[in-house]
Amino acid sequence: MLLKKKELIRELKNFTINFGPQHPAAHGVLRLILELDGEVIKHADAHIGLLHRGTEKLIEYKTYIQALPYFDRLDYVSMMCQEHTYSLAIEKIGLIKIPLRAQYIRVLFAEITRILNHLLAVGCHSMDVGAMTPFLWSFEEREKLMEFYERVSGARMHAAYIRPGGISIDLPLGFLDDVFIFANQFSLRLDEIEEMLTGNRIWKERLVDIGIVSLKKATEWGFSGVMLRGSGLPWDLRKSQPYEIYSNLKFSIPVSTSGDCYGRYLIRIEEMRQSLYIIKQCISSIPEGPIKSSNFKINPPSRLEMKNSMEAVIHHFKLYTEGLILPQGETYTATEAPKGEFGVYLISNNTEKPYRCKIKAPGFGHLQALNDMSKGHMIADVVTIIGTQDIVFGEVDR
Amino acid sequence: MLLKEKQLKEFKNIVPIIVYSLFKDENTIVLLNKDLFITLKILKKYIGFQYNVLTCISGVDLLGKVYRFCVIYELLSLNFNSRIRIKVFLDEVTYITSAVNIFINANWWEREIWDMYNIYFENHPDLRRILSDYGFDGNPLQKNFPLSGYVEVRYDISKKRIVVEPLELAQEFRYFMFETPWLS
Repeated sequence: MLLKKKELIRELKNFTINFGPQHPAAHGVLRLILELDGEVIKHADAHIGLLHRGTEKLIEYKTYIQALPYFDRLDYVSMMCQEHTYSLAIEKIGLIKIPLRAQYIRVLFAEITRILNHLLAVGCHSMDVGAMTPFLWSFEEREKLMEFYERVSGARMHAAYIRPGGISIDLPLGFLDDVFIFANQFSLRLDEIEEMLTGNRIWKERLVDIGIVSLKKATEWGFSGVMLRGSGLPWDLRKSQPYEIYSNLKFSIPVSTSGDCYGRYLIRIEEMRQSLYIIKQCISSIPEGPIKSSNFKINPPSRLEMKNSMEAVIHHFKLYTEGLILPQGETYTATEAPKGEFGVYLISNNTEKPYRCKIKAPGFGHLQALNDMSKGHMIADVVTIIGTQDIVFGEVDR
Repeated sequence: MLLKEKQLKEFKNIVPIIVYSLFKDENTIVLLNKDLFITLKILKKYIGFQYNVLTCISGVDLLGKVYRFCVIYELLSLNFNSRIRIKVFLDEVTYITSAVNIFINANWWEREIWDMYNIYFENHPDLRRILSDYGFDGNPLQKNFPLSGYVEVRYDISKKRIVVEPLELAQEFRYFMFETPWLS
């Protein structure tokens, strides 16, 4: 057989590999199609949706209270922050005021959740990059925090504790003392983690100058949270558009000007310290009082009232079969979740079910920029960038 | 947070706003489909607004209305700490101009709406499905799409692969709608 000369000419093509969806460093089920030139990334195409559970569709078929637990399961490492956003959205449409004690407890748990999330982010990030120890340390601390979840709600993770109109039950006896004990020892644990990582040569070699995002790029990509602050803008919804009692609390917003993964790691550590500071302020100034609104059309009556009053029994029954009814309206409510701006766009139509509930997940926006951030980096740096974006697939895929 | 009256007047001179509404601190404007692209550009570039961050784009299915779909843009101005919501109504056959040329992060949000509602975005660089499965048929968030879907997926041991079969429910899907006797 004769070979024509034309057929002998070889074409050089970039090498394409498939990363995931079962890769431990992909933080879940991320599938990346990486186009490589040697070891350098030319293009990264993210395929998401492998964990798509149709949350938004399901919520349209549930009452407002039944839809609440879906928010725990979105970003399953910062559970209460999302319940919080959803509850705030309902309260905004329904013009519901909640008592001060409930606001304090919400903020307390929002900050516990922030620590919970950042511990996982830093721990898993360091494990992806090769350091095993901080991961184990941080998970021990997370266990303690999840015990706090368990003590108030009975569930370690999917708490459904923050409800529209307040919170479900009051804090158990001695709870705040234990949080205080935790807060006192936790900064030492943070010091240990920092001692392990911050000055570590390998950690710095893997993180410094990797995945640099300029401020212009960050706003163009619609970043929020740590990703935006990592690029040098002190933007935090807790400060700029305060909700609950954040305007009365003292805390500062850490900012990094380098815009690289190392800067974002430092921000996460500092945010945990700020959260501790907020927690201590909450503990010292938490008032006594009711923990949910006294409107029985929104919150159930207490068990004691139900034993004594027929009206209360009827309200309880109606609330848990029919659900609460929101007047027609729509709102986009956003809070500062640990990962960034978590928003709920809720449309109500005067029935007990939401007409539409759009969930704006911060991770979805951040993952879009993965191609932009990883272009020109080595293949191992993709793992670093996924880690620094703090992607959790529950919220990206919804 | 609010659009000032002067700003609004200024804005109305440039873009024909159909409806402007205010709920608490949330500004909403409704626009014609053809004005959308230029309005987004003005809102982003004009020094008095600087809505430079696109927070999200959401779709809504208003089944039964003449304009069946609604596409909603949430913009945020970091400089003025202000949010604005832009609404555009579409019927089933009209398409909408993609905002990717103004906000690059519109890309995935638009892909999501294309996937979930089958709203076509003109000039979109890469309009593929995003959240649904490979080879999925249908648009899940449309109101006439059943909650349980049409197909089920399972692993077939004899064929040694995943098979897609028509959905069979052991119990019929139940949907509770309580007529409220208590309208307060």
